[in-house]
Amino acid sequence: MQASDRFNINSQLEHLQAKYVGTGHADLSRFEWAVNIQRDSYASYIGHYPMLSYFAIAENESIGRERYNFMQKMLLPCGLPPEREEE
Amino acid sequence: MYLYSLTLQQATGIICAINGNFSGGKTQEIAVARGKILDLLRPDENGKIQTIHSVEVFGAIRSLAQFRLTGAQKDYIVVGSDSGRIVILEYNKEKNVFDKVHQETFGKSGCRRIVPGQYLAVDPKGRAVMIGACEKQKLVYVLNRDTTARLTISSPLEAHKSHTICYSLCGVDCGFDNPIFAAIELDYSEADQDPTGQAASEAQKHLTFYELDLGLNHVSRKWSEPVDNGANMLVTVPGGADGPSGVLVCAENFVIYKNQGHPDVRAVIPRRTDLPAERGVLVVSAAVHKQKAMFFFLIQTEYGDVFKVTLDHDGDHVSELKIKYFDTIPVASSICVLKLGFLFSASEFGNHGLYQFQAIGEEPDVESSSSNLMETEEGFQPVFFQPRRLKNLVRIDQVESLMPLMDMKVLNLFEEETPQIFSLCGRGPRSSLRILRPGLAITEMAVSQLPGQPSAVWTVKKNVSDEFDAYIVVSFTNATLVLSIGETVEEVNDSGFLDTTPSLAVSLIGDDSLMQVHPNGIRHIREDGRINEWRTPGKRSIVKVGYNRLQVVIALSGGELIYFEADMTGQLMEVEKHEMSGDLACLDIAPVPEGRQRSRFLAVGSYDNTVRILSLDPDDCLQILSVQSVSSAPESLLFLEVQASIGGEDGADHPANLFLNSGLQNGVLFRTVVDMVTGQLSDSRSRFLGLKPPKLFSISVRGRSAMLCLSSRPWLGYIHRGHFHLTPLSYETLEFAAPFSSDQCAEGVVSVAGDALRIFMIDRLGETFNETVVPLRYTPRKFVLQPKRKLLVIIESDQGAFTAEEREAARKECFEAGGVGENGNGNADQMENGADDEDKEDPLSDEQYGYPKAESEKWVSCIRVLDPKTATTTCLLELQDNEAAYSVCTVNFHDKEYGTLLAVGTVKGMQFWPKKNLVTGFIHIYRFVEEGKSLELLHKTQVEGVPLALCQFQGRLLAGIGPVLRLYDLGKKRLLRKCENKLFPNTIISIQTYRDRIYVGDIQESFHYCKYRRDENQLYIFADDCVPRWLTASHHVDFDTMAGADKFGNVYFVRLPQDLSEEIEEDPTGGKIKWEQGKLNGAPNKVDEIVQFHVGDVVTCLQKASMIPGGSESIMYGTVMGSIGALHAFTSRDDVDFFSHLEMHMRQEYPPLCGRDHMAYRSAYFPVKDVIDGDLCEQFPTLPMDLQRKIADELDRTPAEILKKLEDARNKII
Repeated sequence: MQASDRFNINSQLEHLQAKYVGTGHADLSRFEWAVNIQRDSYASYIGHYPMLSYFAIAENESIGRERYNFMQKMLLPCGLPPEREEE
Repeated sequence: MYLYSLTLQQATGIICAINGNFSGGKTQEIAVARGKILDLLRPDENGKIQTIHSVEVFGAIRSLAQFRLTGAQKDYIVVGSDSGRIVILEYNKEKNVFDKVHQETFGKSGCRRIVPGQYLAVDPKGRAVMIGACEKQKLVYVLNRDTTARLTISSPLEAHKSHTICYSLCGVDCGFDNPIFAAIELDYSEADQDPTGQAASEAQKHLTFYELDLGLNHVSRKWSEPVDNGANMLVTVPGGADGPSGVLVCAENFVIYKNQGHPDVRAVIPRRTDLPAERGVLVVSAAVHKQKAMFFFLIQTEYGDVFKVTLDHDGDHVSELKIKYFDTIPVASSICVLKLGFLFSASEFGNHGLYQFQAIGEEPDVESSSSNLMETEEGFQPVFFQPRRLKNLVRIDQVESLMPLMDMKVLNLFEEETPQIFSLCGRGPRSSLRILRPGLAITEMAVSQLPGQPSAVWTVKKNVSDEFDAYIVVSFTNATLVLSIGETVEEVNDSGFLDTTPSLAVSLIGDDSLMQVHPNGIRHIREDGRINEWRTPGKRSIVKVGYNRLQVVIALSGGELIYFEADMTGQLMEVEKHEMSGDLACLDIAPVPEGRQRSRFLAVGSYDNTVRILSLDPDDCLQILSVQSVSSAPESLLFLEVQASIGGEDGADHPANLFLNSGLQNGVLFRTVVDMVTGQLSDSRSRFLGLKPPKLFSISVRGRSAMLCLSSRPWLGYIHRGHFHLTPLSYETLEFAAPFSSDQCAEGVVSVAGDALRIFMIDRLGETFNETVVPLRYTPRKFVLQPKRKLLVIIESDQGAFTAEEREAARKECFEAGGVGENGNGNADQMENGADDEDKEDPLSDEQYGYPKAESEKWVSCIRVLDPKTATTTCLLELQDNEAAYSVCTVNFHDKEYGTLLAVGTVKGMQFWPKKNLVTGFIHIYRFVEEGKSLELLHKTQVEGVPLALCQFQGRLLAGIGPVLRLYDLGKKRLLRKCENKLFPNTIISIQTYRDRIYVGDIQESFHYCKYRRDENQLYIFADDCVPRWLTASHHVDFDTMAGADKFGNVYFVRLPQDLSEEIEEDPTGGKIKWEQGKLNGAPNKVDEIVQFHVGDVVTCLQKASMIPGGSESIMYGTVMGSIGALHAFTSRDDVDFFSHLEMHMRQEYPPLCGRDHMAYRSAYFPVKDVIDGDLCEQFPTLPMDLQRKIADELDRTPAEILKKLEDARNKII
């Protein structure tokens, strides 16, 4: 594999990462991965109204409140990020 | 196994609703999205909601918006869905369809985080639309008109911002300046990087204005300013000449007016006095009402309270924002204010309401205003209010909604011909048990007793141009009774009818004379009172008669036919005689076609099991045109003419058709197409209607001819939206019927049954089920049948609510405090609480106001024994001490001391989060006392987890307690542990048993097949599924097969392969040795997935049942959105081929309306397997005729044959 190719692949990856939120990379930490999964899940719950209703029934809240709660949770879905290890 | 999937009851819940003039002109319609269905509703003159059009789009609709181009009269609908496309629809009034005007692809399909579709905002002047996602992406499309005034759409302009969550979007009304869109945004990029949490706590929501520069064709962030961190919704404030422009930001506890360059104007939302301090008040829906000189907003909070928001403004400057308590109605997902003074509220759960405005809240009431906002150390000073009865609104109609359907059982407890569906619906105080019966609902107008047993009934007009009927004529075995219809219905003797003989037929002949056919002759009563009498020759009597307005045919005993025609002068003339081979069973003449002298066809049914079509043309009078042999002697014949249609309000276009319907002695209805030229018979369909031979009558429904068939129950055959429907009516067995039209009742039916005369009307057409409602107290969770006594045991529970006693005490306190003045004296003008009789005396029905909120760790629950026949609760046990019931089953223990017992699994102080919290569960054992009507606690056994599943097994009780499956036996003081298996992955939520197999459903990991070895007293798992399925419902299909449904809206079947199953059954150790080895961290054997289908809605219950007597069973399911569907197994390979090809052609030729690919939708999570989508196939009749023909050609059939196939497939299910 030539150097230019590698550069090419990298730049393609970068492009993907910029375009599609949540595209992984080699140095992805466990935390970042989990955060992405959680945000995707919440977005899916909000998008699928029957599922949102299902949660609303379980928690005995209104659907509007449930949607708001899920939106709020998208800020810090997995709690605070871990301390960054100095390299 | 191939299955045919059919939705029997479409989803009844509503996701969002918008109003506008979609059909153009003055009338306002409401477009509602019900998940995968888009409906157009309209309140009619009587204030009843009518469904004008309904279309399944095979995709999840997430948002709707309407817009209107400047100067146009008609609104377009923009749909945001999961298709990754923006779709603009226009309602076509002529054809009654939605036309897709534009469909632009912008992203991947599916409900994703960054693919737009979740939010829609339109420029109030209809110049642009913004479509947004939960995160990052926002696209703006410019809307315009081309030279031929057609709508054009631009390519998308991006307004993305990464790492930004969007809460709400709306258009800003800024007149004809550049369009501006507002968004509530939150940037999370710093919070993600900061481990100290400081950035997260400082994260601030912003209100951002995006400006679309129409000149540069570019979108820019124009203005961004911090906004209250509880902000969740934006509402457009009218601008230009109508108002100050800007937006209302609805936040938790506040409404804030914001605009660029304008200081914030903030007011608190009043709180209910009984609301716990920890809870906020969130706005969940809003509507704006605009009149010439004023505008106001109605906002609804999550507790159902509606507030009127007004702005005091002077030009662009807003000086005061006022929030005044308006009324309280059930929490809605959307509210729409219509120009006619209606408010449509699409309830989140339970029935939707249509309200009429009595006032617009001008009277003084609790009000909070921006001018007296008080800020204290603890924040802003709240304003309190107490909900009161409706003052400004009055409910005039409701649309039934089963949402959410929590549990369902198909049972025939009433011993009727078809089983009933018992469904648990609703939530909290609006919960109910609904008993659904297939068939149309009717409204009984009158029942009156007659002297004797009537045999037949007719209605006649005096003149052909009359609007209403003049007489009801009732025939008895030896007399005829004439009733005149006026203000009241009373007997008359001056009608000219012979009353000393029974009648065979009574009708209007010619334009204005009446005819009575009796066994000895025909009596012709002219308009001036002259009477002509035709007598039968010799001793022969008339046995049968067929007639229309101009022609009469009589059959004499012995089989002679005599044909009469009314001539130009109205005289009845004998035209022709014909001797048939034997006695005739029945006769019918087709109605006179428009503009013709006579009808050409006479149908004659004989006892030799044939039906003949005879010509009535002068050239070949009474000559046989065609013969059809039928399976049994015909009892009744009816020609039904279907007028040609080119769509319009009644749906698809179809050519004019003449059908001959024969009711046979064996209870079958035979329906045949008659060629309108040659009289040849073709394309016959049959359907079993009931045990009695069907008698057929022509009536009119919605101005169209329809057919009433009276067998052991009445049926109605009618055309609705292009489909011919044959639907039972929910009414008693009737003997004879006739159409009835009077002042009070334009389209009714008069009928006789027993010794009573009954007049009734048919309600909404097109519905599959009609329902009887029994109100419940809390959200119903599950129910079981007490098989011996046919009683239902229902468990209900609610989180965060007060027990009945606490509520009662609080209410008393509140009334004592508030005095009688405000609330107490209103009992007289009772309104609102609908079916709930026991609350009639109750000034504040919980059904409408909701239960007061308690702290979230409080639970209330009850166990109810209900007698479905009388709809009465015979026993209601409210659980104490924060316990809530989750599972229930009936169990017969080995020692038969107590007979059938009831086991209920409960939990004390249930908390979902954090999961690790230890909870205490109990299994209560109850004994049925007083003939099963009441319950008595035997004992209560403490368990260490949540008992979510209970099941009887070999005279013992199996319980799923968290991840543990345990076998209990009955002891004196408690249940005794016998055996357990702790190897289940998460939480057991369902247990079903068959012989020695136990089928366990895990909440997250699909099914586990277990066995119990009695000799070793061991429970072990021998097979499991390799797919992680979040089970929501399960049903045991056969020894090796389970049906399940997951949280994401899939239904699937798994089966243990035949050879494996046999091996396990033959193995003396029962596969135990193998079990000890295991595979893939699970059981040694894996089940195969044999069926997979994406329903698109969370399925909450599955059951195997048959809805038709003697029919084969299908799998029925109910969903959260309140729909009921069925999966029916095909029995022949040919049918599978035919339907899969039809489905394929439908996919190609008629892609779904909202842009989602059908196959991709049905395979949203897993590829669809061996299920044919009947809902798609049933759209075939709505296709244009040439497309129908094209598809039919490809399938080597005619369109009529395809329709027949579709009808047959449906008739096998319901």
